[in-house]
Amino acid sequence: MFLINCPFCGEREQSEFKAGGEAHIERPKQPTELSDDEWAEFLFMRKNIKGVQFERWNHAHGCRKWFNIVRDTSDDQIKAVYKMGEKPPVK
Amino acid sequence: MSKNLRFKSSKLVDETYRISFKFNNKTYYGYKGDTLASALLANDVHLVGRSFKYHRPRGIMTAGSEEPNAIIQLHDNTSRTEPNVRATEIEIYEGLVASSQNCWPSVNFDIGGINNILSPILPAGFYYKTFMWPKSFWEKYEYFIRKSAGLGKSPKEADPDIYEHKYIHCDVLIIGAGISGIIAAKMSAKNGLKTLLVDEKSFLGGSTIYDNSKFSKINNQITSSWLEKEINEISKLENLEIKTRTSVAAFHGYNFLLARENLTDHLPITQRENKIRHRLLKIRAQKVICATGAIERPLIFDNNDRPGILLSSAMKKYIDLYGVACGENNILFTNNDTAYETAMSMVQRGIKINAIIDNREEIDSKLSYEVEKNNIKIFKGYTVVDTYGYKRINGLSIMELSKDGQKVIGKKIKLSCDSLGVSGGWTPAVHLFTQSGGKLKFREDDQVFIPNKYPSDQLSIGSCNGDFSLEEITTNTILSVKKFLNINIIDYKTFEIITGMNKSKRNIWLLPSDKILGKTKSFVDYQNDATAKDIKLALREGFRSIEHVKRYTTTGMGTDQGKLGNMHALGIISETAGTKMGEHGTTTFRPPYTPLTFGTIVGRNVGKFFDIVRRTPIHDWHVANNAKFENVSQWKRAWYYPKANENMYQAVQRESKAARDCAGILDASTLGKIDIQGTDASEFLNRVYTNAWSKLAIGKCRYGLMLNEDGMVYDDGVTTRLDENHYIMTTTTGGAANVLGKLEDYLQTEWPELDVYLSSVTDHYATICVCGPHSKKIVSKVIPDLDFSDEKFPHMSFKNTKIGQIKCRVMRISFTGEQSYEINIQSNYGKSVWEKCMEAGKDFNITPYGTETMHLLRAEKGFIIVGQDTDATMTPIDLQMDWIVSKKKYDFIGKRSLYRSDTIKDDRKQLVGLLTENPKEVLEEGAQIVADIKKSPIEMLGHVTSSYYSPNLNKSIALGVVKGGKKMLGQKLIIPMENKNINVTVADPVFLDKEGERLSAKL
Ligand SMILES: [Zn+2]
Repeated sequence: MFLINCPFCGEREQSEFKAGGEAHIERPKQPTELSDDEWAEFLFMRKNIKGVQFERWNHAHGCRKWFNIVRDTSDDQIKAVYKMGEKPPVK
Repeated sequence: MSKNLRFKSSKLVDETYRISFKFNNKTYYGYKGDTLASALLANDVHLVGRSFKYHRPRGIMTAGSEEPNAIIQLHDNTSRTEPNVRATEIEIYEGLVASSQNCWPSVNFDIGGINNILSPILPAGFYYKTFMWPKSFWEKYEYFIRKSAGLGKSPKEADPDIYEHKYIHCDVLIIGAGISGIIAAKMSAKNGLKTLLVDEKSFLGGSTIYDNSKFSKINNQITSSWLEKEINEISKLENLEIKTRTSVAAFHGYNFLLARENLTDHLPITQRENKIRHRLLKIRAQKVICATGAIERPLIFDNNDRPGILLSSAMKKYIDLYGVACGENNILFTNNDTAYETAMSMVQRGIKINAIIDNREEIDSKLSYEVEKNNIKIFKGYTVVDTYGYKRINGLSIMELSKDGQKVIGKKIKLSCDSLGVSGGWTPAVHLFTQSGGKLKFREDDQVFIPNKYPSDQLSIGSCNGDFSLEEITTNTILSVKKFLNINIIDYKTFEIITGMNKSKRNIWLLPSDKILGKTKSFVDYQNDATAKDIKLALREGFRSIEHVKRYTTTGMGTDQGKLGNMHALGIISETAGTKMGEHGTTTFRPPYTPLTFGTIVGRNVGKFFDIVRRTPIHDWHVANNAKFENVSQWKRAWYYPKANENMYQAVQRESKAARDCAGILDASTLGKIDIQGTDASEFLNRVYTNAWSKLAIGKCRYGLMLNEDGMVYDDGVTTRLDENHYIMTTTTGGAANVLGKLEDYLQTEWPELDVYLSSVTDHYATICVCGPHSKKIVSKVIPDLDFSDEKFPHMSFKNTKIGQIKCRVMRISFTGEQSYEINIQSNYGKSVWEKCMEAGKDFNITPYGTETMHLLRAEKGFIIVGQDTDATMTPIDLQMDWIVSKKKYDFIGKRSLYRSDTIKDDRKQLVGLLTENPKEVLEEGAQIVADIKKSPIEMLGHVTSSYYSPNLNKSIALGVVKGGKKMLGQKLIIPMENKNINVTVADPVFLDKEGERLSAKL
């Protein structure tokens, strides 16, 4: 079970959080302009990386805030935590 | 006839405290401190079980948690009966009752033993190969396999014991209290670190605590005495907590570990009353030190599994710790010096050693010279090729090994014995290290896997790190712990170590035999009866990965996870395939390290604490009025209210009729309620619902449908505009938390510019729904000051009002199609308002109804229930709800998906009504719907989602989803059931009052 450093509350057990999948996939501003393929790209396609991945997490049983983390999926090490709208602090 | 196998003055046994116990219905005696295994051995009982596949007689093999054979059933025929308990771990207590498992009718005469004779036709993969073909035969085999398979019996009654969970946070957790764990604990605690030391045994000191040979000394003291002083010292340290009988089951990432503390299993039954049996410790440690020791390897030779064959270290332990000899005429068989320690213990106690068989051609250690001095015959460069005796070993034959160790040569020599100790060297217990994600490396010198890369802040020390000699253990432990904990205070200066051991070893994974392999039974996994032959067969059949070989041969898949034989399996694989060790991977050790009881896992979360129960403020009234309840997510909802002898069907028919003919009352408090405020609240609703919201007037209500981004229906409910920037949204009972989460997600991540605030208020309000033609009269009596006229208070509108002094909201909305009012009032007034409504409705036959009637009434109107009529593959168009999808809005969640190539297909499953040819016939929910039963295979068009007998329409009605159903109106379809086909006609899903006249019907 990870320890996640919520940017609003501090370090908490993973069980307080809910994972929200890959980060930095912006909802298209004008969905109607998109072809089926373009919309499908947004809707379904995820990288599912083995290695360093940017992820959305929600402190569901805490402050209810969404934020992003950088996690290595091969060893679960969390490299960074940052707020929504912020640039990832690591590459 | 009783043999003298017990010696006085052993380390652990209290000879003044005699204990009686029963094993296989026979009474035996042992002493306090004995394990069941040591007590049985003292009574000369070796045969304790039968093997899984061949039902071969098996005896006690080890003296610890790695035991593969001596797994027994504890507490026969009681609610506490427990299978798969290791006799080597359970401490005896007065009244202990245990029996062998996996044998019938008895361990001495076991019918399944026939499998041993049949074994040539029971090779690896036998079950896969034989019983799966032809497929149709499986049913015939299954009965016999099920009967003879399985280890032990599970209890038939609820567990009467108490378990609990506890969180522990510490600076340093040390797993294992052997010599290296003790040294590390002292170093850690003396430097002010909050330290927890755990060990699975009842005593501290590991195997060093009985290391009392004159050849093993630390600073001129016998090693065991030195360690005793150390233990005495650390037990007084303030920062150190020590837990014995505590087995670490799992080592997860981020240094999170689970351990089981065994608190009462060693106590007499009478002293266990009201005590916690096991405690699951959830440990979060800054740093973890694994000092888990090593497990002695057996040797792989023909018939190496007979009762009376034990690990040599186990024999030593039984002698020194429990004062028990495993036999009167012993032979030791080894490839390293370990067995000579055992021999010395035997010599000291006067136990007869017939011979020592050593794979090595040359032996050069003080210990071996000492043994030879005692006139014990050592066969150097020899191997055991066979053993004799069915239920107990009575002899063996040996032959000389060729120079390369691949063959046996010369003449066969027969030797007699009643006990054989084997030693194949040591395997570091890296199970927990690998569980945590640690990577191993293979050390060629002595053929062991040792920790290589740590995945978290942890360290392995002592023999689990591959340090086997006393000198390496002490020196390396101190150096590495000092560095790991970054500490200064070190009590230990240099050690003067004296040892009689030499590190030399002649490792041969599979010992050669004079027979061909196919004629041998050289067990690699004792518990699952996997032999060297099976592993070679798997390789011949093309399996390469250790994980595949493991599954095909079942090696390492028993309750012991192959703690003894996994290394040999790897060795045989790499030897046979001509590859390097570890190249085919090592098997993964998974939690738990040793089995946990279910009680330990669930702790106190049993019975009424199993899950959170949510009750409405009106719950007590429902109970008092004989309601039956159903679980809807965590809520207890009134299901129906049977009167006198009514069954569910009768009660629901009565309730449904009353709600339409007179008046019904429903507790709707469980519906999710989300308070939405902010200057952008209208815009927000526009984006999350499919229909338009900006023009909804203050004081009006509107039904909304929410989609996922993929266009599928997610939730629905009525939202009311309370004020310019203030709405209250209702959600389904089960969907409340998820809807709130989803809305928060969009607000925080996609539309942070919107000024909107969400708050869950589900529990703040009780919701009482009064419906039916008399509903207006009833609510008018409850709230006389409010104008309920259709002009002032039309359908789909709301009023702020008061009942007495208490503010409440009344919504005129309907889920039944009847005229209907929902009173929302502060929770704690819910019950009294409900009672007021009941009183006011007395003259109008007001009838409380539950969720079942609610479902029936809405089905008559064709209203969907999200999750019952939909399943995350239904768009609003599929549900024939095109009317609620705004064409004008530029965007809303899921809009773009509604015209993807897949969602616009005509032949999607669509919601339709279904009417049975025989109006009395009620369909089964979930039943398949087909058009042509002659076609093969029959094409499944869809299924029934909701089905009831409608007392208001006097016929059976159903909703279902059917491929292309929208265009099938009036068409005949078939519901094939087990013994009949039911004819149905596709109908409009709205069965009653399509015009909506009843919403304002006057009586
Ligand atoms: Zn938080």
